[in-house]
Amino acid sequence: MDILDEIKKDYVLDLMKKEKRPDDRGFFDYRPCTVEKGIFESAEGSARVKLGKTQVVAGVKIDVGTPFKDRPDEGVLSTTAELLPLASPTFEPGPPNAAAIELARIVDRGIRSSNAIDLNSLLIEKDKVLMVFVDIYVLDHDGNLIDASALAAMAALLNAKLPKYEDGRIIRTERNDNLKVSQKVVTCTFSKIGSRIVLDPGLDEEKAMSARLTLATTPEYVCAMQKGGSGAFTKDELMNLIDVSFEKGNELRKFLD
Amino acid sequence: MEKPKLIIDGKRIDGRSMDELRPLKIQAGVLNKADGSAYVEWGGNKVLAAVYGPRECIPRHDASPYRAIIHCRYLMAPFSTLDEHGRSGPNRRSTEVSKVIKEVFENVVMTEKFPKTAIDIFIEVLQADGGTRCAGITAAAVALADAGIPMKDLPCAVAVGKIENEIAADFGKLEDNYGDGDMPIAIAPRNNELLLLQMDGMFTKDELRKALELAFNVFPKISALQVEALRAHYAVKKDELSRGD
Repeated sequence: MDILDEIKKDYVLDLMKKEKRPDDRGFFDYRPCTVEKGIFESAEGSARVKLGKTQVVAGVKIDVGTPFKDRPDEGVLSTTAELLPLASPTFEPGPPNAAAIELARIVDRGIRSSNAIDLNSLLIEKDKVLMVFVDIYVLDHDGNLIDASALAAMAALLNAKLPKYEDGRIIRTERNDNLKVSQKVVTCTFSKIGSRIVLDPGLDEEKAMSARLTLATTPEYVCAMQKGGSGAFTKDELMNLIDVSFEKGNELRKFLD
Repeated sequence: MEKPKLIIDGKRIDGRSMDELRPLKIQAGVLNKADGSAYVEWGGNKVLAAVYGPRECIPRHDASPYRAIIHCRYLMAPFSTLDEHGRSGPNRRSTEVSKVIKEVFENVVMTEKFPKTAIDIFIEVLQADGGTRCAGITAAAVALADAGIPMKDLPCAVAVGKIENEIAADFGKLEDNYGDGDMPIAIAPRNNELLLLQMDGMFTKDELRKALELAFNVFPKISALQVEALRAHYAVKKDELSRGD
């Protein structure tokens, strides 16, 4: 670890003891957030999310293909994430590492388990389905990539229009119907720093955290969870964070309207 | 395949009650060359875990001057399911599972005692029947203890979940595939802290509380079998002691 990181870590841990965050936010406050939909004409759907100084874009491409053998009546939803080397000095070129794979799979899990995209509705005819590809591109890393990415993916899906399909061919220049999205799933990610828990950790806070917990929610249900890091959470902490996630999730969901 | 009925007359598809574990057998010290090893049969799961280390960290630039690095590789054999032949080697799922298992052991292993080294954990799923990551964690904990690596606790794991609006423990393969949500949990039994927590499905807060409680009800049973496996492997009979063997 970088020596500067060690110093920042000590600084953040000290601040937490004084009940403060590096940018003076409340423990369960998000940084300023903006969501822009439809930023790329080439993609069927797209969005840019800025969460503080973190910036993520997502593109949705829609193709026609054959379904998975074990799921013949369902379309395909595939989510990937790229931690681009331009986003952070710690991101290296090359195939996705464990962090990138985990990021994409958390976002995917929330969308999939809430049935936000009804995969059965993507069946065109026997052995022909629509395939929805969500690609998350991290452009600038200043902490909490999970929430920014989940928001970008959801916004891009809500923005997506289906290309025209005629005589077995996709006509990409004509897009009419919206992709059906039945749920707005958002994630809330918490960091445990010392004995404190904060929402929406910034990069310096992530350097000082021992553990991370993400909850994906719809207004009524928790639809995915993932703990990360070598630290731990208690049962009581988890139950409390479920309440916070429902409350803060509603705040985030407004950015998707 | 059509979704099978997962609860029949209040019993689960394999005849278990909601809080009942599948048969679980744990054996410590099953391999010759590894520094520590364990074999777990849990329902239809057959999982082997081996530990090497502390040893030289490869690649070397991964090494830390402050602590041992834990590497974990969880893999499913291409012949481990009833489906068609799988691809061998890591995929996106196994990469994620390896990462979250590694984080479980980073919490309990006293890595600060072995700077500049690596502790390598290998988990091979030879036959999969749902809950393989939990079986892997349960096996790897025993393998680490078998390797004599100092740990603050012996983690154990179970997957709980929701089937037809009921909360049940230790999901089997069918419940995993056709249930309404799955939540693998690993804990450190001495302080009950959550070391691994994942979930997919649709849960209300109340259902999550119930699922968590159910997991905590069965953890002592799993934990006891881990301890028993180590005892069975290391216990020396009184008469052997007196003979000086």
